[in-house]
Amino acid sequence: MREDPIRAGVDIGGTFTDVALEHAGGLSTCKLLTDHGAPERAIMAGLERAAARAGVAPGDIGQVIHGTTLVTNALIERRGARVAFITTDGFRDVIEMRTESRFEQYDLNLVLPAPLVARADRLVLAERVAADGSVLLAPDADAIAALAETVAAGGYEAVAVGFLHAYANDAHERAMAEALNRAAPGLPVSLSSAISPRMREFERFNTVIANAYVQPLMADYLRRLVERLRAAGIGAPVFMMHSGGGLIGLETAVQQPVRLLESGPAGGAIYAAGFARAHGQARTLSFDMGGTTAKICLIEDGTPRTAASFEVARTWRFRKGSGMAVSTPVVEMVEIGAGGGSIAWVDGMGRIRVGPRSAGSEPGPACYGRGGDEPTVTDANLVLGRIDADNFAGGAIALSRERAGAALAARLGGVAPDAQAAAFAVTEMVDENMANAARVHAVENGRDIESYTMIAFGGGAPLHACRQCEKLGIAAALIPPGAGVGSAIGFLRAPFSYEATRGLFQRLSEFDAGAVNAALAVLEAEARAFLARGAGQGAATATRLIAHMRYGGQGWEIPVVLEHRRFAESDRAAIRAAFEAAYRQLFGRIIEGLEIEIANWALRVATALPPVQEARRFLAAGAEAAGRPREFYDAALRATVAAREVARADMAPGVGVDGPAVIVEDETATIVTSAFRAIGQGDGSLLLLRKEAGA
Amino acid sequence: MSAAIDHQIMWNRLIAVVEEQATTLVRTAFSTSVREAGDLSAGLFDLRGRMMAQAVTGTPGHVNAMAESVGHFLAEIGMQNVFEGDVYLTNDPWKGTGHLHDITMVSPVFREGRPVGFFACTAHVVDIGGRGFGPDAGEVYEEGLLLPIMKFAERGEISRDLLRIVRWNVREPDQVIGDLHSLAACNAAGDRRLQAMLDEFALGDLAGLADYIIDTSRAATRAAIAAVPDGVYRNEMVVDGYDAPVRMAVTLDIEGERLRADFAGTSGMSGFGVNVPEVYTRAYACYGLKCAIAPEVPNNAGSLEPFEISAPEGCILAARRPAPVSVRHVLGHMVPDVVLGALFHALPGVVPAEGSSALWNVQISARPADPEAGLRGAEVLMFNSGGTGARPALDGLSATAFPSGVKTMSVEATEHVGPVVIWRKDLREGSGGAGQYRGGLGQVIEIEARQGYDFHVNAMFDRVEHPARGRSGGGPGACGRVELVGGGALKGKGRQKIAAGRRLRLCLPGGGGYGDPKARARDAVRADLAAGYVSPAQARDDYGLDE
Repeated sequence: MREDPIRAGVDIGGTFTDVALEHAGGLSTCKLLTDHGAPERAIMAGLERAAARAGVAPGDIGQVIHGTTLVTNALIERRGARVAFITTDGFRDVIEMRTESRFEQYDLNLVLPAPLVARADRLVLAERVAADGSVLLAPDADAIAALAETVAAGGYEAVAVGFLHAYANDAHERAMAEALNRAAPGLPVSLSSAISPRMREFERFNTVIANAYVQPLMADYLRRLVERLRAAGIGAPVFMMHSGGGLIGLETAVQQPVRLLESGPAGGAIYAAGFARAHGQARTLSFDMGGTTAKICLIEDGTPRTAASFEVARTWRFRKGSGMAVSTPVVEMVEIGAGGGSIAWVDGMGRIRVGPRSAGSEPGPACYGRGGDEPTVTDANLVLGRIDADNFAGGAIALSRERAGAALAARLGGVAPDAQAAAFAVTEMVDENMANAARVHAVENGRDIESYTMIAFGGGAPLHACRQCEKLGIAAALIPPGAGVGSAIGFLRAPFSYEATRGLFQRLSEFDAGAVNAALAVLEAEARAFLARGAGQGAATATRLIAHMRYGGQGWEIPVVLEHRRFAESDRAAIRAAFEAAYRQLFGRIIEGLEIEIANWALRVATALPPVQEARRFLAAGAEAAGRPREFYDAALRATVAAREVARADMAPGVGVDGPAVIVEDETATIVTSAFRAIGQGDGSLLLLRKEAGA
Repeated sequence: MSAAIDHQIMWNRLIAVVEEQATTLVRTAFSTSVREAGDLSAGLFDLRGRMMAQAVTGTPGHVNAMAESVGHFLAEIGMQNVFEGDVYLTNDPWKGTGHLHDITMVSPVFREGRPVGFFACTAHVVDIGGRGFGPDAGEVYEEGLLLPIMKFAERGEISRDLLRIVRWNVREPDQVIGDLHSLAACNAAGDRRLQAMLDEFALGDLAGLADYIIDTSRAATRAAIAAVPDGVYRNEMVVDGYDAPVRMAVTLDIEGERLRADFAGTSGMSGFGVNVPEVYTRAYACYGLKCAIAPEVPNNAGSLEPFEISAPEGCILAARRPAPVSVRHVLGHMVPDVVLGALFHALPGVVPAEGSSALWNVQISARPADPEAGLRGAEVLMFNSGGTGARPALDGLSATAFPSGVKTMSVEATEHVGPVVIWRKDLREGSGGAGQYRGGLGQVIEIEARQGYDFHVNAMFDRVEHPARGRSGGGPGACGRVELVGGGALKGKGRQKIAAGRRLRLCLPGGGGYGDPKARARDAVRADLAAGYVSPAQARDDYGLDE
């Protein structure tokens, strides 16, 4: 037996399926087109190919770690199960009424996304729990039984149950579940008190419905995947990446598939966090730019920031409010419609705009010559000399600079005098959009982004990293190796983890330590039980406790990290101090004399991360890389500059190159602007440093 | 080439800067309506007081109002008295945004010792003294403390006297003073971002950029107006008002690139605080027209200037001092329906039917039924919306705010605020106006105090007597109703007590329908019937569904 098993990370994205195989000889990766009909087929092909490259037999793979966009896609494309939703009488329309607001202020023809469950399939039970968990109206046993019969006879594929204040008292939901199990054995039932036991009915109901909606599909898919693996002689256990940035077992994934949302991007953040730790950088910002979107995440002390809820499947320009609010622990990211395929256009005021519409991979940018005639960010980068026409994707696709220039001139000619001016405007606009999103995200979190190190990955990010740093005032960026399959590699670095949450509303002045300790004990037992199903018993673990707190009268809670221990009433002062420190960090001040409230608790149990393998860092170059002459357009200088082109393979540890330079590799190119220099690092990363920042 | 593209990049950046300002305010404000309803605004102005960029927030009511306010500041303070580190404020309803609860703060931007522009922001504060938020004052003096245009800080030194005056005149001094600091800080945040941008582009002032933004926007807006057929278009709409029905009349005169709207013929002022200062009328009229004519043009002095809007002084939409104006939003929210109804004659395929429009804000004071019981009372505020009007090719939106951008609150969260139980908050079946495109449904809300409490409700509900009208053959939405469950009608306006054990029921109005209901797609009628959006009787009688 090996000391370390061979582990495979598998990420199914919308376009590509990526595999990263970690073995004694290192890492071998491969990238295939996603098979939308049977996603497991691409996984099998990828595993076999990666295993062949690594020189190991597929049967030697000891662990498969999987993340997928299938859940997200099922929600976007509405390909889920026929679900019945059972709720409290009087609240049938919570998911349809949403927040009663419009996400776009000036559009008279606004269309709101339709709820996942149509009104006719939303059934009600006369029951009511109060805010404090006491029962105001007990449900009638016959009514429960009759409702269960209705569901059983209704031809549904899954059921979601969401009652008001069920996070405070789940008795009615459990009674309903028992009746459903009797009336319709085998029909999957999701309870809001189990899937998302937090205050706020709209988000909780959405979450439990989304869970039920994707459950049959995911259960079926995961069963097929395991069968295919076994048939291919791969007996390894399969673990799933969840949106919070950790791993869970298959059984948990089948019960709570809503936790699998956004697992790919979470893997990307874990991947970046690994490099933040290896390079000893406490404050970093991951910047992941692909073909359609860019994602930005704050990573502090080696841990991606997480949030308690997010919005999935935005239907309108990635606008807040146009998607589905889901409350499940998630790596917090901003995502904007800015990628290589983002299309440039001219608005009614003659302004050049970029995105959020994307040319995708079909027809793709104009330069692909596959029928696309709208100019994209990739076309602009090509015209500006940042992408090499003959060497794109390792020469796999020949790009046409003529087509790119023609599309830019044709669509933007009215505003920009020539193709180069148009290309400059397009890249500046997309860089502005990304930098603005990053800055606002930092402001929302009370952070000063200028002191951060950027970690850039994804096909587009190395092209734009230096310009982003210039716009954001950031002095250093890291371009890790293997960035094209970052999420799949990230899966291999993720701990097993489970976050259990519970709504327990208290005023701090009436802090009831007994009630909190009891609730936390339940949360810990729940989290440890789920963890054990994945990681097995006895693994070393760490816990993290977060209380979601606010001043009385405020509508937002902020996450406050507290030491996980048994609380006593005398801990009030310490809890207040922790809240005030967090509040001050976010908003710059505290408010004296106001009541403080705790709304929700979240306890995360995770296996300990393996010790960091420190990267050898080089802040000054010992040798200069050799290269050949090349030109590109430097946006800050507003000029085409004579640069050096260097192969990434030549950027050995300690080897440096001063900007302007282009560092080329198969999957992408790193643009080192005139203001930066690049230095190869011990772990194969490139470190980009602003020249004036000094060595 | 570069100048135009630089201007575009900077314009883009400025919009991000003011959005960032607004975001900061939303996250720090104490006032429920700032937080939940986005009742705030933030913007950048040039040295002449022309607005260059404004955040898109939940309140169209601030659009023109804030745009105009900086001009008043310039006139009253005088440029010779503008110093680095200054901050000015006012809550004058006639020079700010229409009522005393909105505080507008303006900070000059300096570059190398010279002023180059101003940041301004407005937020609704929790309390401003007086009688508290409600329509019952007879004059603005009773509505609270009026702070004329003055310096909040001079050369970085905050006026202690001003803070003391505020502290002793409002009910929640910590929160209100906290919000004053928030407003000032949000302008300061905008200033930092702007300075960085000016450094990056090596600019000494905003003059060229302001001209570019304003001229471009003006030209685009004028072109959009020119595309509207010339003519004189009129409309009238009658709503409940407070003590007597209110007639709102508008004449829209479109001639080439010019658009004039005047509210002559509108009812006179009310004795209650539903009066609207003209600045607020202009804001909502402009918002409604802009949605239909030039929705894509960002808000700034150039895009607002082509809409020439006026109301005769002394009418209820141009109230004169010292009229009470505290709840000016109720009629203000109706103004878009009025102007869109006139514009319909010019742009029949664009304009929606009338909607519920005014929010049904529920202000509840829950008190222990037995004062000796040792229970604590609480104030509970809920925002709720009825249905919007059907569109020319789309149904109306059910239980959705328009023109306001307000969000509702979670029922679970509300029940943690005070001792109330919301027994129902659901769509109101059958309330959408019939039409080829159906009006949005209203909603039904039932509220009871927890055991041991009774409560007062401050009713300010319109469209109880006057429904949202349909267009082009569409029927009206259902009227609102205010009643007790189990019988007993209540008034749509004024403070009323709901005894312990009784439930208040609010039935919010539906939106008007668009087009002949008989022309509605049969599948759409069947789907509405299956969902319960319409009753079998409505499907048969209104829509002629014969099955």
